[in-house]
Amino acid sequence: MLRSGLFAPVIVAGLSLASPVLAQSTVYIPAILELSGAGAVSGTNFRDGMLLAIDEINAKGGILGKKIDTPLLDTQSEAGTSRAQVQKVLDNKPYVVLGPVFSGSVLVDMLLTQQAEVPEIVGGEAAAITQKHNPYVFRTSFGQQFSMPKIGNYMRDGVKAKTVAVLWVNNDFGKGGRDTFVKEMNSRDIKVVADISTESGQADFSADVVKLKAANADAIFVYLNEEESARFLREAKKQGINKPLIGETTLLGQKVIDLAGEAANGVRGHVGLTVDAPIPAVQEFAARFKKRFNYACDHNGIKGYTAVYFIKHVTEKIGKFDSKAFAQAAHGITITPKDEPGILMEATWDNNGDIDRISFLGEVVDGKQKIVETLPKLGK
Amino acid sequence: MASFIQLLVSGLATGAIYALIAVGFTLLWQTSQTINFAQGEFVMLPAFFVLAAMNAGAPFWLSALIGIALSIVILGMLFKLVIVDPMHKHGVLPLVISTIALSLFLKEGAKDFYSSQAQPFPALVPATDIHIFDAVVSTQSLAVLAVAIATVVVLNLLLNKTRLGRQMQATAQNPTLARILGISVRRMVLYTFLLNAVLVAIASILVSPIYLVKFTNGETLGIAAFIAAIIGGFNQVRGAILGGIILGVLDNLSAAYISSQYRGAFPLIILIAVILLRPQGLLGRIEERTV
Repeated sequence: MLRSGLFAPVIVAGLSLASPVLAQSTVYIPAILELSGAGAVSGTNFRDGMLLAIDEINAKGGILGKKIDTPLLDTQSEAGTSRAQVQKVLDNKPYVVLGPVFSGSVLVDMLLTQQAEVPEIVGGEAAAITQKHNPYVFRTSFGQQFSMPKIGNYMRDGVKAKTVAVLWVNNDFGKGGRDTFVKEMNSRDIKVVADISTESGQADFSADVVKLKAANADAIFVYLNEEESARFLREAKKQGINKPLIGETTLLGQKVIDLAGEAANGVRGHVGLTVDAPIPAVQEFAARFKKRFNYACDHNGIKGYTAVYFIKHVTEKIGKFDSKAFAQAAHGITITPKDEPGILMEATWDNNGDIDRISFLGEVVDGKQKIVETLPKLGK
Repeated sequence: MASFIQLLVSGLATGAIYALIAVGFTLLWQTSQTINFAQGEFVMLPAFFVLAAMNAGAPFWLSALIGIALSIVILGMLFKLVIVDPMHKHGVLPLVISTIALSLFLKEGAKDFYSSQAQPFPALVPATDIHIFDAVVSTQSLAVLAVAIATVVVLNLLLNKTRLGRQMQATAQNPTLARILGISVRRMVLYTFLLNAVLVAIASILVSPIYLVKFTNGETLGIAAFIAAIIGGFNQVRGAILGGIILGVLDNLSAAYISSQYRGAFPLIILIAVILLRPQGLLGRIEERTV
């Protein structure tokens, strides 16, 4: 049911090996993604958003006359496998590498792409990714140092919480988010009364929910991956948690809502990227995505889609396929939908590779994410 | 106290599911010396059967019955005829390796034919609360516990109170003598495999609303049930039940009162302690073999 999108890049990759003429007319941009394992939801959304953009661009003649050749390699949601896959594609001298989404994988991969001087457009959100001053790594979503201040303001001004409990997943994504969140809470005099770590892929959250209930905080901040978020919400509903459940993008994602069912209703939080954004270009993209892949796109689909258009725009700006020149030109760039419609929303990349753009406050109502407020870019 | 009751009920519910899977381990071992390392994947697969039936338009109760029926045919009969029978004559080790290969095949097959993404699965009962001594206990946990207990009771009645059950026990204890007494050992062994298929299918229906339906579910469930069977005693059904309950309760209590980071280590500590102090398991009996 998910296979249709795989054929195009596989056929292009196969033909590029068989035909030198075709190989010269393509640009090699491999994608290293979580297509199985705990990150499969994130990776497949990123992949499908990316494939949609690639097909659109290739249908219009490609980038600078070259079609995009994107073989897909599965990290199995393991950092070690991800590193091996990056090593493999670097032997073929890629122009840019797309993915992965899991921060733990990004943190080990980005050292290799930096050595090879190949830009890497990642879906990871851990703050540490762009704090290492790697000039070849770029995000297509907020890093935690951009999203957590917005969550902090929401906790203080929107929820009016004096005490919070935080439930986080014990991987690079979760640990980075937890550390940044706690820092933001401390700076706003909001007391963290329970600090509970969980494991990636954890299935049973009953003990964690009991601990959260015992903490009796004004609000609970949940920072888990998609499937764990859904399992937690189901358990929270089962045990009758009645405190506000606040999340950052993932907790309000459509896949989490689909998996959690009624248990997702009432969840609130900050949403960096969403197909429910009150922006026509985003909603048109969401409709094309749904028509092509037969499921509702989440924020990772937008990351994948905009990553490809980011590559297209920067490459057309420098006028050549030069990885080093790409990395230099991409720092400090602002792309507007007027310049590049596929970018969907105006976005700016700073000197660390972090992205800044508008974001949203949302709530889950009747099994759907509802945007209640649009927040401006941090740089404005 | 309220938290403890909630954790206990939740742990008992999880432990009861482990127990069902662990009982399957012990049944296969007792009757055919089969250690089925695909047992976790056997629990993962029936939920996909149920979902497929529901996608075809069947109501949940009918889909569950279809899932159990398909499990009996595929995970019971076919497993015995295609994997166990040809490999058994070559000894335990080739059979163990075959079941490991089967587990990989089932896992990757479920991923390729259905999806790598988790799928929601309906709960047996709606999520409502019952208040017991200030503790809020979920009806879903109680329903899981009730179904698991009912399954174990029916299994015990079958094994101990029926002619068929006694024949199965005789086959497990001494197949040669059972054959002399006119018991069809081949048929009894087949029945054990079918029984295991029913147990894993029920476990799958109970656990999937909590775990969600995903091709990787068998990894944790298989290991947990294997550890439970060893702790309780690999050659005793009641041992496997005890092992499952201990594991489920211990997992919840240790995560809540000791450390959620190290929750995965506690069952292994118990396992090591049992192997060192009582290798036959808490309720197991010592087996001697001629070599």
